[in-house]
Amino acid sequence: MADVHDGATSGEAAETAVEKHSSASPGVAVERADRIANPGFPPERLRVTDTDPAKEKAAERTVSGLFLMSVVGSILAVVAYVAFPIVEGQPETIRLNNLFLGLGITLGLLGIGIGAVHWSKALMHGHELVEQRHPTRGSDETRAKAVEVFQAGNKESGFTRRSLVRNTLIGALVATPIPAIAIFRDLAPAEDPVALLKHTMWDEGVRLTRDPSGTPIKASEVTIGSAFHVIPEGLTELESHKLEEKAKAAVLLMRLPLDRLNEREDRKDWSYDGIVAYSKICTHVGCPVALYEQQTHHLLCPCHQSEFDVANHAEVIFGPAARPLPQLPITVDEEGYLVAKSDFTEPVGPSFWERAL
Amino acid sequence: MRFTGWAANYIDERTSASTAVKTLGRKIFPDHWSFMLGEVALYSFVVILLSGTFLTFFFDPSMTEVEYEGSYVPLQGIPMSVAYHSSLDISFEIRGGLLMRQVHHWAALLFVASIALHMLRVFFTGAFRKPRELNWVIGFLLFVLAMALGFTGYSLPDDLLSGNGLRIIDGMIKAVPVAGAWISYLLFGDEFPGTDIIPRLYVLHILLLPAILVALIGAHMVLLIVNKHTQFAGPGRTNDNVVGAPVMPVFAAKAGGFFFLVFGVIVLIASLFTINPIWNYGPYDPSPVSAGTQPDWYIGFADGALRLIPPHLETVIFGYTWSWNVLIPLVGLLVFLAAAAVYPFLEAWVTGDKREHHIAERPRNNPTRTAIGAAGVTFYAGLWAAASSDLIATHFRLSIEGVIHALQFVTVVGPFIAYFVTKRVCLALMRKDREIALHGYESGRIVRLPGGEYIEVHEQLDDYERWRLVSYEEYQPLMVRPDARGRITARQRVRAGLSRWFFEDRISPVTQKELESQRH
Ligand code: HEM
Ligand code: FES
Repeated sequence: MADVHDGATSGEAAETAVEKHSSASPGVAVERADRIANPGFPPERLRVTDTDPAKEKAAERTVSGLFLMSVVGSILAVVAYVAFPIVEGQPETIRLNNLFLGLGITLGLLGIGIGAVHWSKALMHGHELVEQRHPTRGSDETRAKAVEVFQAGNKESGFTRRSLVRNTLIGALVATPIPAIAIFRDLAPAEDPVALLKHTMWDEGVRLTRDPSGTPIKASEVTIGSAFHVIPEGLTELESHKLEEKAKAAVLLMRLPLDRLNEREDRKDWSYDGIVAYSKICTHVGCPVALYEQQTHHLLCPCHQSEFDVANHAEVIFGPAARPLPQLPITVDEEGYLVAKSDFTEPVGPSFWERAL
Repeated sequence: MRFTGWAANYIDERTSASTAVKTLGRKIFPDHWSFMLGEVALYSFVVILLSGTFLTFFFDPSMTEVEYEGSYVPLQGIPMSVAYHSSLDISFEIRGGLLMRQVHHWAALLFVASIALHMLRVFFTGAFRKPRELNWVIGFLLFVLAMALGFTGYSLPDDLLSGNGLRIIDGMIKAVPVAGAWISYLLFGDEFPGTDIIPRLYVLHILLLPAILVALIGAHMVLLIVNKHTQFAGPGRTNDNVVGAPVMPVFAAKAGGFFFLVFGVIVLIASLFTINPIWNYGPYDPSPVSAGTQPDWYIGFADGALRLIPPHLETVIFGYTWSWNVLIPLVGLLVFLAAAAVYPFLEAWVTGDKREHHIAERPRNNPTRTAIGAAGVTFYAGLWAAASSDLIATHFRLSIEGVIHALQFVTVVGPFIAYFVTKRVCLALMRKDREIALHGYESGRIVRLPGGEYIEVHEQLDDYERWRLVSYEEYQPLMVRPDARGRITARQRVRAGLSRWFFEDRISPVTQKELESQRH
């Protein structure tokens, strides 16, 4: 039970300031005999509301004033709900509804909050109280009783004695959750994800089309310095898996001056007249690499700032990505539209365990 | 009055509630501003529950594609998921819907922030020491769960930013050795993004995770009551008592009032400031992305960790891919979090102190712990700042490379600098405390002595003021001693080494003898 302490006459209270020494090991703590002693509680200071009845009355009025303000706020909130309807086509009505409904509720809440805190600080009994702590551990007697309970349980069931029963029970308990793990296999369809990850919609002759309209792109439209966001022809008409396919097949198309373009010998025919197509899916963790700096021919991934150099096989020149962006081999068809020569020759996007297999 | 008496009796005869009132009603709670951080966390969680429940009445987590036909003109006719559509409807068609979304989101930000600050308070005051180690672990789990709840919630509206966040999670999962591709496939129910992830996250967000969170908060509170609150040292306060206000009525009124204050402030912010304007981002689409976007603050440290890794870190061994650029930050963060979770046990082992501790320490009085904490905070801050590396670069017109290199330095070297500086500052402060406890403080009053010289008068402290400065725990390094068989075990050597690291530099509290000799 808590005792009131008032410092001035603190015969009893001061006693609470005497440390009882526990029997637990202090470890490497230093225990000195000539520690300075706890001086006990200081004399308590009174508040103005304790000494001046007029101030007390005033505080009382403030508190109930605040509670009344809260009532007014709650009413205002309902008024605002009705008075500020949302009108279609007028976005500012949403703002007004949000603002005044919110302010009404705020007033309703803050009135109670400030009022209650002020009440407790200015008017409620202000003395500090003292309560004794007790060791957290149960008393020796209680602990002995607990041990007895366990022993009785063990004896009456034979838990340790009948070891066959116990061990088979443990085995059974270990086995029961296994079906619970197994039944989660159908979280996804039966296919092997690794095979899916290694193919995209691109294939020989598939036209490069604009994202999102799906209109095909003529090589002549790709001027130097421009960049096109590209999706494969037919993506917009897909009945299902539109986003899944797009997440693998999105491509960036750029034209570089021929003298700036560094190409690998075996990939010379993957570009068309300085036009190159690279996967737009970052090889780091898969964000779209959407920012093209046409002076430097650098592609920047906005997620973690990996930078790829399009003039040099989209090599990583900065940031956490490890691999260049995969290149899509392209050419033009007889009508002059850009088409893929094949699918990507490696999986696009983030790395995974079986990627290089 | 007759009625309350009758009702109290009715309930007690059926529940024995009077016992609970008797034991809990006058429990004492000590007062300090920093003890309110945990309360802020608790109250903002209640606000989250209330606003979140409102949102569930209108939100539809389906990922079926529909065409937008709501009242927000710029998006009309655009294909999007039902989840995104319903989030727009909550914002634009339902009175108070936008307010509740904003209340929910602001409260979530405040919730995680107050948990983090609360943890720092507990850490730096040593309030995790025996008997409160287990409650520290529960609190740690609450912090992790809160981040998970925040992330799952952030993903629900299925706007461009939340989808991009999931894309990053997908990429990180895929990097997991052996099973990565499979885990991602099962989680998303298909190739990314699939049509299952939002409904699945929804179940986690509104049922499973909150249920665990509520259970853990319950356990946290029960242990708080069993262990009673710590208090700072002060005259009359000892390790064996609690000094403060009783639950009934002062603490109840203050805490209850404080709940309404927290709630009110959250609603005020939500009515004045927009958060997560999903209508500006558009529906999720794997192709576009806008530069300069930010995750919610508590995800920043993880995002930053990904950014700080230097290029090209990936190896293929026997055809299998090891994505170090993802695994290093992932494992690094797990180790960092695990270190925070087990710190109390490490310190307890080093000190070997088996006593109960109920006095919250002043951070300076445990210089090594405080320095370790400062190092951890610096590490976290470096990662966190890295999540805004692009914004820092554009805002201060720096190169992104320069910013990243600077932040790599901050996260790798910064913690060591923070450690040494903090430790020195703590020791200096302790020396100063000692000085003041013995000689008083400089009063600023200059007097001229009869001999002509000037001195500054030192004002002595009274016993009550001095107590705060001298009543701290002191530890010394462990002496290695041979055990019963005359051997010194490796375990003991490690422990001795650690305890030397912890307690080599120490400043003893002023003793009674010193004080008396000073007085003469
Ligand atoms: C039982 C508890 C909860 C329920 C019932 C709940 C419910 C919801 C619902 C229905 C949504 C989607 C509506 C929308 O975004 O418009 C949502 C979003 C969200 N939730 Fe929760 N939630 C709960 C707890 C939490 C917690 C503990 C946190 C954070 C620590 C959190 C953080 C978020 C966030 C950040 C969003 C996105 C808000 C936005 O759209 O701006 N939620 N929640
Ligand atoms: S996803 Fe592109 S840098 Fe991380």
